[in-house]
Amino acid sequence: MLIALETLIGGLMLGALYALFGLGLSLSLGVMRMINIAHGDLIVLGAYLCSVVMQMFGIGPFLSLMLVVPLMFVIGMLLQSLLLNRVVGQGTLSPLLLTFGLSIVLQNFLQETFSADTRSLQAGDIALRGFDLGGVSIGLLPLLSTVVSVIIFAGTSWLINGSHLGRQARAVADDPATARLVGVDDRNFYALITGFILAVIAMAAVLYGIRTPFAPTSGPERLLYSFEAVVLGGLGNIWGTFIGGVVIGVAQLFGAKISSGLGPFFGHLVFLVALLARPEGLFRRIQR
Amino acid sequence: MLSIESVDAYYGLFQALFGLSFSISPGETVALIGSNGAGKSTLLKTIVGAVRVRRDGVRLDGRDVGGDTEPQQLARGIALVPEGRRLFGSLTVLENLQLAARNGRAGPWTIPRLMQEFPVMKEFQHRPSTALSGGQQQLVAISRALVCNPNYLLCDEISLGLSPLAVNDVYGLLSRARGDGLAVVLVEQNVTRALAESGRFYCIQKGRVALSGKSADADHAAVAQAYFGM
Ligand SMILES: Nc1ncnc2c1ncn2[C@@H]1O[C@H](COP(=O)(O)OP(=O)(O)OP(=O)(O)O)[C@@H](O)[C@H]1O
Ligand SMILES: [Mg+2]
Repeated sequence: MLIALETLIGGLMLGALYALFGLGLSLSLGVMRMINIAHGDLIVLGAYLCSVVMQMFGIGPFLSLMLVVPLMFVIGMLLQSLLLNRVVGQGTLSPLLLTFGLSIVLQNFLQETFSADTRSLQAGDIALRGFDLGGVSIGLLPLLSTVVSVIIFAGTSWLINGSHLGRQARAVADDPATARLVGVDDRNFYALITGFILAVIAMAAVLYGIRTPFAPTSGPERLLYSFEAVVLGGLGNIWGTFIGGVVIGVAQLFGAKISSGLGPFFGHLVFLVALLARPEGLFRRIQR
Repeated sequence: MLSIESVDAYYGLFQALFGLSFSISPGETVALIGSNGAGKSTLLKTIVGAVRVRRDGVRLDGRDVGGDTEPQQLARGIALVPEGRRLFGSLTVLENLQLAARNGRAGPWTIPRLMQEFPVMKEFQHRPSTALSGGQQQLVAISRALVCNPNYLLCDEISLGLSPLAVNDVYGLLSRARGDGLAVVLVEQNVTRALAESGRFYCIQKGRVALSGKSADADHAAVAQAYFGM
């Protein structure tokens, strides 16, 4: 019983991280109507950037975010305005093809630059610390990543529902041509959104890179978890993505308890079953 | 003064405007009439930059402003109320106005003033804009352009599909805006109404100006001929 509870809590916390992966995908789908196949590879890129910054300045992974988050924001803006803006609104196939190509390029670039070896981010003893809550042991790092994830989700949700930025985002998602008529420069706005997405990715990459090793080819797996979280939660629904991520995380940890190595398989299984039962996702597009 | 100087406009390879010229002075109301597909909407889209033309194709107060984007033209004081209203369905009525007000210019038209002039709009301000009747939506669409405080307001078929009562409301709002010195370009299916509301008119046919002049002197037979191209 206690083990089940521990697994559940661990799954919730892992899921909160998957949700953070999914947030960017959810936003690009919701606002720009495009799926970025290179999403997972950008997560891995974020992790490598952290690793480089840590080595260069001899600092820890969290401190490295001070540099990596702004850096990823700029990379996102440039990526969108130089490349991705060419395919937004050009149907579904062109964005898929372009970002698929980008994914391959990124993987090869990472392999050339950092070799095919796996790496992980060393956070010192914080990664090992934890505490005991009524017999259930809770790791400090998973708890921290959960808190970060919830804060980022709450902030994003608030931005979308209650700010000028969010009104622009919803207007552009509804009808880009008319959004331009009320002064929203959709192309610049997309660049801003992708900058934001990559900044979030940077944080997720660090939190994940501390607990799980990564290699240049880890991207597609990250993409898959992100994608499952987004689709499970219902497309274009921010909190739905959060719940979707959590469901995948819990399923994976229970699967791993049954037999280590079955974790990801259980995540995919739950995704498949849930999708068959509710093809529109667990939550419809009710929330904005 | 806002003008279009012998402009050709294209959608891809399809040419919609052929050497068309048009002008409107501050405070003036000009009607654009013409049958379906004549190019009226294209002309308005050309002015705001939704259809791109050469640099000297659009002139505002002696400056060439053709080829600039919609947000740039909005900042210069040119706003379009698009055909079919096109409110943002994911935004409430108030949010539709807030978005425009924030991106537009400062001036006499504010959200509180619009709410005051239209108590009904205040009532449904928190509803999604799609939950309104056609007439109410049109009022919001015009208000959304007005809160940008333009000098030139381009209205594309603002009475289309509305009840006669709603049409009167819509033109009521417009006449208040004109009272503030706003110049208005009126694209209107109802020729009689268009001529009654305007000082000058252009009749457009197959992307060219077929007839233009003072609305008061318009000869109905000539207008009908220019309109239908018979
Ligand atoms: N997005 C587009 N792509 C291709 N052709 C277009 C497009 N929009 C309009 N056209 C064509 O351009 C011509 C002019 O269209 P426009 O919409 O300007 O006419 P209009 O005078 O506004 O007509 P209506 O009274 O039907 O609104 C038409 O032949 C139309 O088919
Ligand atoms: Mg039209």
